Amino acid sequence: MLELRKDIFADERDDNLKEIGKGTQRQDMLGHVTGTSTYFDDHKLQGMQHLKVLRSPYAHARLRRIDTMEAERSPGVRRIIRGADVPRNLNTLLSLINFGKDDEPSLAVDKVRYKGEPVVAVVAESPREAYEAMAKVRVDYDPLPAVFDVEEALKPGAPVVNETYPKNTFTYHDVYDHQKLRFGDVERGFAEADHVLEQRYQMSPIEHAPTETNGSIAAPDTNGRYVVYTSTQALFFSLDTCAKILDVPSNTFHFIGGTVGGGFGGKVDTLTEPLAILGAMLTGRPVRYQLGREEEMQFGSPRGAERIYIKDGVMRDGRIVARKIHAYFDSGAYTRLSSYAVVKCVAHLPGPYTIPNVHGDVYCVFTNRTPATAMRGFGVTAMDFALECQMDKLAHLVGTDPMEFRILNAYRDGDMKAHQREAKNTALIECVQVAAEKAKWPLREEVKRMSSRKDGGGSRATISPTPIEPVPQRAAVSQQRTTYDRAAPATTQQPPPPTPAPPPPTRPPAPSPSHGATRFSSVFGTRRR
Amino acid sequence: MTKTPLQFRHNGRDVAVFVDGGVNLLVALRELIGDMTPKFGCGQGGCGACSVLIDGELHLSCLTLAETANGRAVETLDGMKDGPNLHPLQRAFMEQFAAQCGYCTPGMLMAAKALLDRNPSPTRAEVIEAISGNICRCTGYEPIINAVLAAATSGRARA
Repeated sequence: MLELRKDIFADERDDNLKEIGKGTQRQDMLGHVTGTSTYFDDHKLQGMQHLKVLRSPYAHARLRRIDTMEAERSPGVRRIIRGADVPRNLNTLLSLINFGKDDEPSLAVDKVRYKGEPVVAVVAESPREAYEAMAKVRVDYDPLPAVFDVEEALKPGAPVVNETYPKNTFTYHDVYDHQKLRFGDVERGFAEADHVLEQRYQMSPIEHAPTETNGSIAAPDTNGRYVVYTSTQALFFSLDTCAKILDVPSNTFHFIGGTVGGGFGGKVDTLTEPLAILGAMLTGRPVRYQLGREEEMQFGSPRGAERIYIKDGVMRDGRIVARKIHAYFDSGAYTRLSSYAVVKCVAHLPGPYTIPNVHGDVYCVFTNRTPATAMRGFGVTAMDFALECQMDKLAHLVGTDPMEFRILNAYRDGDMKAHQREAKNTALIECVQVAAEKAKWPLREEVKRMSSRKDGGGSRATISPTPIEPVPQRAAVSQQRTTYDRAAPATTQQPPPPTPAPPPPTRPPAPSPSHGATRFSSVFGTRRR
Repeated sequence: MTKTPLQFRHNGRDVAVFVDGGVNLLVALRELIGDMTPKFGCGQGGCGACSVLIDGELHLSCLTLAETANGRAVETLDGMKDGPNLHPLQRAFMEQFAAQCGYCTPGMLMAAKALLDRNPSPTRAEVIEAISGNICRCTGYEPIINAVLAAATSGRARA
């Protein structure tokens, strides 16, 4: 344990941290009610220029020609920025943790892959002059067939959305076109079940619609550095992403943020900072790039759509004996964070229930839709919607009360989870009991007496025999490594893991204890070049 | 570009600026006067983040041509405090946890002030109606409604 020299600050603060149950004022509340909280757009800088982006009107098209001659001569224009001006015009957000291949340009060069994709940026003295110049940019497109449905995108002959992933699926562990979970034998479970229920669920994309749109202001600072005021939810993540795209050391930037006008996950994608900084680099002036509301809706990434198939085997007494899940995450045209959402989703299967046979296949699929991103529990929320609808239907099917049905199947301490980890500190039974009580929902006495701490483990802790599946050939090239990648860990001083690591297909993904945005700050905050 | 002179009262003080044709009051306030309290949310009258009072009446500054404010009195959140003393609405918003990210708060407070200035004892339904043009995406509307009702009560108690 770290010993803090509390004696030094003894007169400044007592260590009474018993805050639960007491009202405590937020530190930023006075600023909010007086209008003095400073959002990124509340900075007015001398000589500030305005950046606007010409976007693709097509969901999928080849770029034949971009003509900016007339736009460059338009009044007030300082600079037209094209893909070739971006130092490293290909990136994937999670490359900062070596997860996935660079697949997304800052400005499109050969193809546009979704409606709203950035093609050309204009920096001008006023927003109006930027818009007027933008109207003079001529772009010739060859429209291509587009695909908007996850299952259509997986069919042979479907249009290739993103050439980095020619099968329209993200590649896991260099080999797999989806993320798997295998525990026991679901087919045997279905054969033994009294009832089998298969259902299809679909969740639409959801726009975060923060009241403040995404944006940033970048300004040249002394010593060749740039100060960046930004609406980002993930300051260090955005800073490192900009350092990679602009190919400069991350200490080139001084990012100032923290006061965010609503984010909910929609402000982790570093949508505006790279071009704002590049504009400041190319013009030597402060540059402001703020999305309009229509851009926020069309180009700002949503929570991705998900299609989920669940097949369950259930006994007459209410026990679920097998659960098989196929799910397709619509990542849109680029990966962003959907690859990670899939990992999180599989780590969540089969929901908080003890089921002896579980089979999960979850795909991260590319379509010609706006790239999806983080939003409040992404990867888990839609799956929970499907699972809990399914639980209600199963309860109805076997004629059991839906609350009791959940209590009956809930994890208990000592049970074996489908990821081959022992369930600990479980509390679903207690949660359902309290919810029932608050809703004045009658539960039978024996169900009220059930507990997460009783009757777990034993036969519920066994791992049923799991059929071995053939492992596909490692045909894909290994995940690309770039100069940005961290060097391989030193072989010395590295103690061997306590248990031998299982092969990739069955490796349980680490469950994520905190929600996405918090986790990104902590994971990426330490990343330095 | 031809500039048009524009003079109006801003939170009780006379101000004068030159505006380009077509500039809206939100841009004039933020970029020319330097009052950053009205916020840009949509630029199309959909969210209420830019709400201000013109001659005591609630307006969306993003849809108000700056020139139409000439000779009139414009009030923003910047003028709500009385010196160091918070307005009862501001105190109530603090106490009732009626702000989270704070971005809709300036517009929300102006909408609430427009209501209480003309109706010091609103019903809950009247409060809901009064803030119906203001979108909040994080706090939720309940604490905001409660804060406006609490401010109305404390205002009456003081009077």
